[in-house]
Amino acid sequence: MDMNEIKEIFFQECEEQLAELESGLLKLNDGDRDPETVNAVFRAVHSIKGGAGAFGLDDLVSFAHVFETTLDCVRSNKLEPTQDVLKVMLKSADVLADLVSASRDGGGIDESRSRALVKELEALAHGEMPSASAHEAPKPAPKAAPAPAPVAKAEPPKPTDESGFQPIPFTFDGFGDDEEPALEGSVYEITFKPRRELYSKGNEAALLLRDLSRLGDMSINCDMDALPALDKMDPEASYFGWKISLKTVKSEDDIRTVFEFAEWDCDLDVKLAEEAASDEELPMIPVPFDLGILDEPSISEEEEKAVQSSADETVAAAVSAAETATSVAKAAGRASEKKESAAAAAAAAAQNNAAAAAAAAGQTIRVDLDRVDRLINLVGELVINQAMLSQSVVENDATGTSAVNMGLEELQQLTREIQDSVMAIRAQPVKPVFQRMSRIVREVADMVGKQIRLVTEGENTEVDKTVIDKIAEPLTHMIRNAVDHGIESPEKREAAGKDPEGTIKLSAKHRSGRILIELTDDGGGINRERVRQKAIDNDIIAADANLSDDEIDNLIFMAGFSTADKISDISGRGVGMDVVKRSIQALGGRISISSRPGLGSTFTMSLPLTLAVLDGMVVTVAGQTLVVPLTAIVETLQPEASAIHSFGASQRLISIRNSFCPLVDVGRVLNYRATQANPVEGVALLVESEGGGQRALMVDAIQGQRQVVIKSLEANYTHVPGIAAATILGDGRVALILDVDAVVAASRGQSMKPEMSLAATG
Amino acid sequence: MSSFAVKNLAQGSRELIAFRVGDQEFCVNIMSVREIRGWTPATPMPHAPAYVMGVINLRGAVLPIIDLSARLGMAEAEPTARHVIIVAQVKSKVVGLLVEAVSDILTITEENIQPVPEISSDLEKQYARGILAIDKRMICMIELDALFPEKESEAA
Repeated sequence: MDMNEIKEIFFQECEEQLAELESGLLKLNDGDRDPETVNAVFRAVHSIKGGAGAFGLDDLVSFAHVFETTLDCVRSNKLEPTQDVLKVMLKSADVLADLVSASRDGGGIDESRSRALVKELEALAHGEMPSASAHEAPKPAPKAAPAPAPVAKAEPPKPTDESGFQPIPFTFDGFGDDEEPALEGSVYEITFKPRRELYSKGNEAALLLRDLSRLGDMSINCDMDALPALDKMDPEASYFGWKISLKTVKSEDDIRTVFEFAEWDCDLDVKLAEEAASDEELPMIPVPFDLGILDEPSISEEEEKAVQSSADETVAAAVSAAETATSVAKAAGRASEKKESAAAAAAAAAQNNAAAAAAAAGQTIRVDLDRVDRLINLVGELVINQAMLSQSVVENDATGTSAVNMGLEELQQLTREIQDSVMAIRAQPVKPVFQRMSRIVREVADMVGKQIRLVTEGENTEVDKTVIDKIAEPLTHMIRNAVDHGIESPEKREAAGKDPEGTIKLSAKHRSGRILIELTDDGGGINRERVRQKAIDNDIIAADANLSDDEIDNLIFMAGFSTADKISDISGRGVGMDVVKRSIQALGGRISISSRPGLGSTFTMSLPLTLAVLDGMVVTVAGQTLVVPLTAIVETLQPEASAIHSFGASQRLISIRNSFCPLVDVGRVLNYRATQANPVEGVALLVESEGGGQRALMVDAIQGQRQVVIKSLEANYTHVPGIAAATILGDGRVALILDVDAVVAASRGQSMKPEMSLAATG
Repeated sequence: MSSFAVKNLAQGSRELIAFRVGDQEFCVNIMSVREIRGWTPATPMPHAPAYVMGVINLRGAVLPIIDLSARLGMAEAEPTARHVIIVAQVKSKVVGLLVEAVSDILTITEENIQPVPEISSDLEKQYARGILAIDKRMICMIELDALFPEKESEAA
């Protein structure tokens, strides 16, 4: 595995961390104050920073560091995660995402933006509340944060415990030159208690302490209360804790940086001395401990030996048991009191917590998508093959009772099950796409100066990955539209008696084998007068056309339609809702709009759960076999001559329960035959098209109903109007899958223009 | 025109597959040929030009079958079991070319290729890339990419 591959994995993980980060921040934004949420957010940034550091991605590291620092203030309750604070953080998350993708794909990001955010973040970390104008560096605001800033004004150094200081000389070299100058140091009380994981990950408490000592004057006490009797001791466990008093000019973050890679594996508490003094201290007997000896290992003081061996023994089991035993026994002797049971209980609790967390995370593996796709293709072949086999057995064995037949039936069930399971592998929650939308709402709302809240629902609804990938673009477009055109400006909203903050709701749910995505805004709704006028201006409809409200609303899906008065940066760049509609249709989906003036609009998209298989009705039309998607069919009926009524020159209507429905001869629409078939000899499929209207599709006969594997026609051929895709039937021949909406549209008089890529140009 | 025809050829010798369409012989670069298989009935495509015979199932992929005779402006073929489908790669797509028979595999060098004579037919100008004289036969070298131009709009 070379470096690039490792880097690729890092970027993949970044994506996950960024998603985690954003969802955590959004949760906080919704008022969640669970410390675990804050931790998760912090962890996400921390991991990105850690990984980025390993790859030398300095921009990323420095931004992540500032972000992390601010998050840490939230974590330690120094900074109240108010809406304003979270707004900055969400923006920072966006910039972080930009930085990650810039690092991955090259290219730059908007540096002024990231610099401005760095300033804001730093200001937050220092206890300033964000100013109203988010893009400028905030002016110093009244200190609202409950705790003083980490780099506080000078504190007279004062010894905090009986051990006294052992001053250790240190230099300022090697520290960032961007440090804010602090006049004198403050005294921090640091409690550091490693857990066993710290040692098992190869960290070394002594080294951490030594690094810490370089920050300033430090006195250290070893807490050996947890040390059990020798016979009860686990050689790989961690029993020691340290209580450190550090006088330093560095900030608390610098202190925490020392423990950066050990932080998750130890209990760390850093506070200013005066706070610490007021806090109830843990019951422990301080053992004076001179850190200076760490630099000179030859000095073998007993305490030092105890510390060292304790650390060593846990890092590697290689340390001889005898030696360990002696030194620990000595240490044990010095510890006057043992709080064995308490420590054991705490350790057990910690382990339980860890186990619970691991269980919640679930077990997942990362699999290359190509492999999954290959598997899906193979299973698709298997299904076809099985169908072919069944068919030939049925042809040769009319009785249908043989053992072969029985076995085949079981095989059929098995293949179906395999197929379902394989499809499930690809199923993913729509969450990542929805999360991306929240960013778009934020950015666009900022740009147009609107206040908008995005509410998502059902983000764990699962759908095939290809569908997820492909809905992102149309959805983005619709969200932009909703923000730009849908929601009114705060002033207008207030004038209309609405909450100045607009709400966009994005929801997903499963309904009858499809996924239904709804986008609702509480804006002004479609301005039908304007839409109508625009449509007339653009020659989409005739000036005297008589249209229902619904029909007017649906005009926005027509090509070349954009209601925005001026072309803005956000939407109306010539790509309109017609593009959205086409991409949804390309996915086998439907989109419709319903709007109430003054109350807002709802876009409803219905998409197939998977693009790989489809339940279809196999029919015969003019000697050809076609598959009609079952989802489109409302009912099938055998028309009677009395129910067929001619309408105009060529149209025919069929009366179904006293309502009249246009009859569409599929064979005519697809040019399979020159004249219309006699409806009485065929079967009518009543279909509902996305426009809402019902049509009766005439076919010659129904062969049966079955699940078919969708094969792309476009891969080797081209898009054919009226045909959605192809499939391979049991006899090994290709059958075409009917695009019901296109056929219905054709029957409405909209022409089906053949787009021939294989056509001659000469 | 002729200089354009020749300059597309690589240096050195190359292999071509020769086949019969109607009473003429044509050849294409062997590198673009994936496989050769017998004729199976194709599913007709609606709204397709006459030379598209339909699509067949090639081990799970949908393969359009082109009647090369019709495509080259000759009579439409009436496929029989003796007809052959040349499965060829044309740009990013795979198509099946219906021909009467595969006649030869030729190894030729630049010198064997004669420029296409100046004739008025646009169709021929488009696809013919040279003429080979082999054993008193005339074999027209055609370029498949030119026969099936790919529209950019289809890429989306």
